[in-house]
Amino acid sequence: MTQTVKASGVVTSTATEMAADLASGERTSVEITQAHLDRIHEVDTDVHAFLYVNDEEALETAASVDEDRAAGKDLPALAGVPIALKDVMVTRGMPTTAGSRILEKWIPQYDATAVRRVRDARMPILGKTNMDEFAMGSSTEHSGYGTTHNPWDLDRIPGGSGGGSAASLAAFEAPLAVGSDTGGSIRQPASVTGTVGVKPTYGGVSRYGVIALASSLDQLGPCGRTVEDAAMLHEVIGGHDPADATSIDAPVPGVVEAARHGRANGVKGLTIAVVKELGGEGYQDGVRDRFEEGVEALRAAGATVTEVSCPSFEYALAAYYLILPSEASSNLAKFDAVRFGMRIEKETVEKTMSATRAAGFGDEVKRRIILGTYALSAGYYDAYYGSAQKVRTLIQRDFADAFAKADVLVSPTCPTTPFRIGEKLEDPLSMYLQDIATIPANLAGIPGMSLPSGLAGEENLPAGFQILAPAHEDARLYRVGAALEAALASAGQVPLTRHLAGAES
Amino acid sequence: MTYTYEQAVIEFDPVMGIEVHVELNTATKMFCGCANEFGAEPNTRVCPVCLGLPGSMPVPNEKAIESAIRLGLALGCKVRDSSRFARKNYFYPDLAKNYQISQYDEPTNYDGELEVVLNDGSSVMIGIERAHMEEDAGKNTHVGGTGGIQGSDYSLVDYNRGGVPLVEIVTKPIEGMGERAAEVARAYVATIRDMVRALGISDGRMEQGSVRADINLSLRPRAEDQASVPFGKRSETKNVNSLRAIEAAIHYEAARQAELLAAGEAVVQETRHWHEDTKSTTSGRSKEEAEDYRYFPEPDMLPVEPDPAWVEELRATIPEHPAKRRARLQDEWGFTDLEMRDVVNADAVALIESTIAEGASSQGARKWWMGELARIANERQSTLEELEVTPADVAELESLIDAGTINDTLARQALAGALAGEGSPASVVKSRGLEVVSDDSALEDAVDTALAAQPDVLQKIQDGKVQAAGAIVGAVMKATRGQADAGRVREIILARAGVEG
Repeated sequence: MTQTVKASGVVTSTATEMAADLASGERTSVEITQAHLDRIHEVDTDVHAFLYVNDEEALETAASVDEDRAAGKDLPALAGVPIALKDVMVTRGMPTTAGSRILEKWIPQYDATAVRRVRDARMPILGKTNMDEFAMGSSTEHSGYGTTHNPWDLDRIPGGSGGGSAASLAAFEAPLAVGSDTGGSIRQPASVTGTVGVKPTYGGVSRYGVIALASSLDQLGPCGRTVEDAAMLHEVIGGHDPADATSIDAPVPGVVEAARHGRANGVKGLTIAVVKELGGEGYQDGVRDRFEEGVEALRAAGATVTEVSCPSFEYALAAYYLILPSEASSNLAKFDAVRFGMRIEKETVEKTMSATRAAGFGDEVKRRIILGTYALSAGYYDAYYGSAQKVRTLIQRDFADAFAKADVLVSPTCPTTPFRIGEKLEDPLSMYLQDIATIPANLAGIPGMSLPSGLAGEENLPAGFQILAPAHEDARLYRVGAALEAALASAGQVPLTRHLAGAES
Repeated sequence: MTYTYEQAVIEFDPVMGIEVHVELNTATKMFCGCANEFGAEPNTRVCPVCLGLPGSMPVPNEKAIESAIRLGLALGCKVRDSSRFARKNYFYPDLAKNYQISQYDEPTNYDGELEVVLNDGSSVMIGIERAHMEEDAGKNTHVGGTGGIQGSDYSLVDYNRGGVPLVEIVTKPIEGMGERAAEVARAYVATIRDMVRALGISDGRMEQGSVRADINLSLRPRAEDQASVPFGKRSETKNVNSLRAIEAAIHYEAARQAELLAAGEAVVQETRHWHEDTKSTTSGRSKEEAEDYRYFPEPDMLPVEPDPAWVEELRATIPEHPAKRRARLQDEWGFTDLEMRDVVNADAVALIESTIAEGASSQGARKWWMGELARIANERQSTLEELEVTPADVAELESLIDAGTINDTLARQALAGALAGEGSPASVVKSRGLEVVSDDSALEDAVDTALAAQPDVLQKIQDGKVQAAGAIVGAVMKATRGQADAGRVREIILARAGVEG
């Protein structure tokens, strides 16, 4: 029998509603934060979304926000609304592991820029969420600290690598979370947990303080249960950061405004293109059905619908699995037992490094380090890394051609609903296919969103709808996403997480 | 060894390749805001970025890029419109990230040429392959045991130097130098050192490692058509840290390789370490089994794309070639070769130039900077530049002497005052009351007092021992605290003795 995690009470509100309740004095931040901490202590034994719970500090932040609000001080929009952080971001004074044993008990001396912005926004930090080790995976099964369980069915995966963040939202342990997306690690978990996740344009949110997987692909982004909630968080964490040389030197796009506009006015005048290559074979029937209904809903909301072909997408997965391991093999070299983290003492520094890395890294991490080291080696570089970069250019051209014909592109986010824990563990390639529709956006640096399209299959599990926009046009995602969300809501299909909230149970 | 350098380079044709690392003197490191300082307490000039902590990211130092481009321009290099940083991957405890951010196939400066003037005034052109930017590593100290990384009891790592900006200048193969190979190598590195000082982009202190050289050397058989003979196997002698050592290392390596080749043995392509104490090299790790650095473009940074107009502005700031400047100044100043060499070695060219600009004579400027001030600097173990005396002070000192206000002895006191922060020489003369006493009656009184104290002196002078007057001059100078005009004092003494001077 399927075991589902259900909730009721204040934790089932959206972040936007919580912010309104705080502003009106309806509730205090301490009350809201305590409710979430209680919720975590109640359900996280089953869900295992959190690697670290930050009770004390979260309540301190909440109390100080309540105090300032009582004193009539001006506060940021989300002040007092609690948040969860994927454990890939360094947090001063709070353990940070990136899901790896090699960083067990490491306490960073500094905050990631996004974390600092969350603190500046006066949001109580509930804790750090589980993830596949160094963000390598689509299920959290590769976490060094155990698998997170999908609140829809505890026997199923919550997606990955950001399964902890997504599950914390679906389980109402947190109203908002920050994730990171290298090939779909925000969007695929959103898809399989019935939540919303956004990968902004590359450089839209600072990577400073984000433990790097593949630097040219990594991007932090907001996760929430509604499009507007994600937009609110996007504006908190986004914007230029001089500490990240790849950060976009421009103000954050007005995504909250875009979401409100889309919800109220639909998508009249916009052209929406279905990507031919991101559908069809390999996609679960129910997932496809929900996607097609979503496209029809957008048409009904005023969009012109067309189809585009992106022929180079065929090579995206292959290129991705050369570029990512190559960069990762270099990024993960710093975990060497010399300055921080695990240390297995041996008689020489070389043996100490080897023994520590052998003990501290999991199999998937080792697999990708070996792949990447090989791909960058003399004599193979041109054939592997060099060719992959060429594919990347071709994919960027495909997108450029497609965006010449349409304002946004759409596809299912993930080919399937959540699979069972253990089902794909012995078959890395089938696991990699989870990200087939999300990877092209990372290779091209463009923004993408996943939002729920409805429940699919006999099991009635969440399916996701992906929207892609040209670089720097993140606002379009929110306009289209909010319009679709509104249309599906009026049809009774979303928000999906309402199925997990007390009202429905 | 039976071979000498001279024999080796007669019998074989030496080919060199020189890599010079220049540490830039920017206020901060290459990719973070930490102070770029030599000699601070270990691990006090570090941050998440230069410690390579998880999550940290590099941000390029614009001043370092500017310095690198200026150096490239001074080396006659082309500046690439778009160049990139790349990662050089290898594990070593002093390399915080276990990769070094460097440049690989797209260096900022490439294809240059540098004129090097040799001791006899002739010059050679050295081709420059590239001048690229990179970060320095930290510093390992191995304690106990063998003192090596594998055999010591433990090792300490200081990351203060980690991330310090470097420019690595790589020559094209230097061929056809024959017996002058070692001299050319030395002169080349000296020119680079002078150049970076003239550009003001580095301290250029080889003893502190801010300019260091790796010397690649190979020998090939002599032939009619020398250029058609392929290069021999090379050795790379690392971290040769003085001009003298560069010459010595080439002498040693040429002889060593000649001996192997003459015996029909092969030269191993390898890294060698220079030992100052034994003036010899020993084998490091063999290049055959060297690591594959797996270079790839640094994804944490965008390409370096300098505005061409800015590059032209920088080009206008490139100083005159150091050797040509020295030749011009020597000619203008009328210094002998020996005098000029001393001035250059004391790093006093610019100081003397400024002093002359302030109105001093060239010999006057040289005399003070290379004499009294050099002595004081030496005593204090500081550089001339660091002394609390400006070229204007020295020029003023000379004008006071020329005007007869002070003599050399008083001038030294005025300098001492100036060094002690009492103001300019003129104000020290005033405040300390150092003006020369030229009033004869005062001097006559002093002479008489001194003569009375040493009654036998007068007789000695009268007996023909004129040098005995020296004792009285000394006594008078002492009594007047050096303010007397010594020549006049002597005249008075001789007059008292009734002898002609």
